Amino acid sequence: MRVVAAMSGGVDSAVAASRMLDAGHEVVGVHLALSQSAATLRESARGCCTIEDAGDARRVADRLGIPFYVWDMAQRFADDVVADFVAEYEAGRTPNPCLRCNEKIKFAALLDKALALGFDAVATGHYAQVVETPDPAAPAGVRRELHRAVDQAKDQSYVLGVLDADQLARAFFPLGDTTKTDIRAEAAQRGFSVARKPDSHDICFIPDGDTRGWLTDRLGRRPGPILDTMGQQVGRHDGAYAYTVGQRRGLGLSVPAADGAPRYVTATRPQSNTVVVGTRELLGVDHIVGDHARWCGAAPEGVVAVGAQIRAHGHEHPATAWADGEQVQVRLAERIRGVAPGQSVVLYEGTRVVGSATITHADRR
Amino acid sequence: MSVYLDHAATTPVLPEVIDVVARTMRDVGNASSLHTAGRSARRVVEEGRESIAEDLGVRPSEVIFTSGGTESDNMAIKGTLWRRSAGDPRRRRMLISAIEHHAVLDAVDFLVTTGQADVTWLMPDEAGVVTPDVLRSAVEADPDSVALVSVMWANNEVGVVQPVCELAAVAREYGVPMHTDAVQAVGHLDLDLGSCRADLITATGHKLGAPVGIGVLLAARDQDPVPLTHGGGQERQIRSGTLDVPGVAGLARAVRIAVARQREEAPRLASLRDELIEGARAIDPSISVNGFWVPGEVHRRLPGNAHLRVPDCDGDSLLYVLDAAGVQCSTGSACQAGVPQPSHVLLAMGMSESEARGALRLTLGHTSSAADVRGFLEALPTGLERSRRARMATARAS
Repeated sequence: MRVVAAMSGGVDSAVAASRMLDAGHEVVGVHLALSQSAATLRESARGCCTIEDAGDARRVADRLGIPFYVWDMAQRFADDVVADFVAEYEAGRTPNPCLRCNEKIKFAALLDKALALGFDAVATGHYAQVVETPDPAAPAGVRRELHRAVDQAKDQSYVLGVLDADQLARAFFPLGDTTKTDIRAEAAQRGFSVARKPDSHDICFIPDGDTRGWLTDRLGRRPGPILDTMGQQVGRHDGAYAYTVGQRRGLGLSVPAADGAPRYVTATRPQSNTVVVGTRELLGVDHIVGDHARWCGAAPEGVVAVGAQIRAHGHEHPATAWADGEQVQVRLAERIRGVAPGQSVVLYEGTRVVGSATITHADRR
Repeated sequence: MSVYLDHAATTPVLPEVIDVVARTMRDVGNASSLHTAGRSARRVVEEGRESIAEDLGVRPSEVIFTSGGTESDNMAIKGTLWRRSAGDPRRRRMLISAIEHHAVLDAVDFLVTTGQADVTWLMPDEAGVVTPDVLRSAVEADPDSVALVSVMWANNEVGVVQPVCELAAVAREYGVPMHTDAVQAVGHLDLDLGSCRADLITATGHKLGAPVGIGVLLAARDQDPVPLTHGGGQERQIRSGTLDVPGVAGLARAVRIAVARQREEAPRLASLRDELIEGARAIDPSISVNGFWVPGEVHRRLPGNAHLRVPDCDGDSLLYVLDAAGVQCSTGSACQAGVPQPSHVLLAMGMSESEARGALRLTLGHTSSAADVRGFLEALPTGLERSRRARMATARAS
């Protein structure tokens, strides 16, 4: 097959590209320029998409002897990922931009361009597995399923839970059967200079990790009250958009709780620019409603037993789920905390990713 | 199959030049040393200088060796601005064509953003030509404030040749120094630099068959640009640095060959260029040529330059598909971190950003043949089809 290997400049995508080449595919390396100011040199190892990262990717492609190009997707990324991220926070929700990027950029804009230019698929360095199962009903007689990676600690199937069957049919994740430790060793063995490059963390377009400061730069200071559940003001904030349900740190409350117990954000109300805090118990929910359902295969029919995961590298919680068009209802076996609107709930059946939805609401029986 | 159609980026070094460079490189000697080896190196340099001066119609003392086009342009722009404004602080306005190479543009930008100078841009017409009238009215807005004029001889993207002699005449009327970046012109056009009387002329080796790393600034004897680098004072106290003896020998040989062959090479390349353009337009009649073009003409457009406007197409996608088919060409515009930017040249010629993205530059040179043109034309239909699909796929309104 003719395959575009998306190469960030990191160790994972370098090995992914090599493995596609070893498997006999015709591979072209593509680095996505996602930053509006691509020609920046950043000192820290965090973030990505700097000119140095593009250079690292190029050097790996040189070693592999494959063609390499930089494709400019900065405008699409700004519109579909960054603007969405800001709008979601402004609306009081907590989005995961990596899911959005996979859905709209890597397996949409990039994949579509690749297909148009004559490629068959896109390969990335995500830790996840695509398992092919014979299925007479499937178009090519084979059903492609998305599964967790063998390296539990590194598994990235959560951020791929937005891929539909068509996208999965064109996706390769060559690292899913290997641990990160072994991938680094393999990179070193292959002589890649990026073998010891630190992992990127956090959100690539907020390289210093200060999401609140970054949002404040874009949305401005909007001071307002922090209230307790009785409606009494217990503090002030500089913008309700910067708070997330379940958050405990950085609240700066001026009035202590009567019982001295720690308090958490239990709700943010963008319309009234209010943040509400309460006890840990108030965070517990066992019913989640989500919209923007995405199925990594056929949509489930009726009520299905699943494992629900609500954040990257979070735990999987036993649940039942049923779908109704774009909407998904999830009933958890036990209460869990820290469920914020805007997060994605990804549903698993064993190691298989069933699909995902964006959380709109959560409560308890 | 490998088809190289990017000679304007760099052209293969001539075999005769490789020989002379390799031979010269075997000899030790700093051209500034006083002993035998030094004198022998100096002789090579001076013979090279005389040879280049003779071939280009200037005096040997006007030839200043540099590392190439970027350095020569920077020396001419910054050095002349500094010299002129030191003489009279009112003289801080630079008249610069809007289609210059970044070696000029960014030097100008540096002087302006650091508060050392002002700039008046000389806009080209739709054919890409800066007319003498445009220059005259820019000067006349305030003649006493003008520090220098810079208009390139031939544009590196669209290949349009500027009326440099007429522009230089206008500048001379007002006593203003005129610089021209002739990197794409020397060896490719029938030039008589001596009678044209531009005061400062940039040329470089690797566009005419010499290696990268050697070039010249031809500076009239009354020109005294302030040096950018300070050191041993080689090259008229204007450009310091140990002379690149093999580079000078190679450049002299390359200039001699290019100038000697120019009169027969120009019509040969123009005919290949016309075949390429007409072939592309036969494949897709919506393709047009950017900048002045008349078939067979070898004076007003670089003979080897075909710059195509391809509607509904991103140049970088087209470049990829052609590259995959073994055809190497360029979108012509500058890259930022590998990402092509819409060309400032096309924008200055009145094109929209979207139109400017659908540009493809194919440049022929001394190794080009009809087979190269055929190779391109064979790869073009698939290239057009795929890159247009890619544009449809990625340009959807979000």
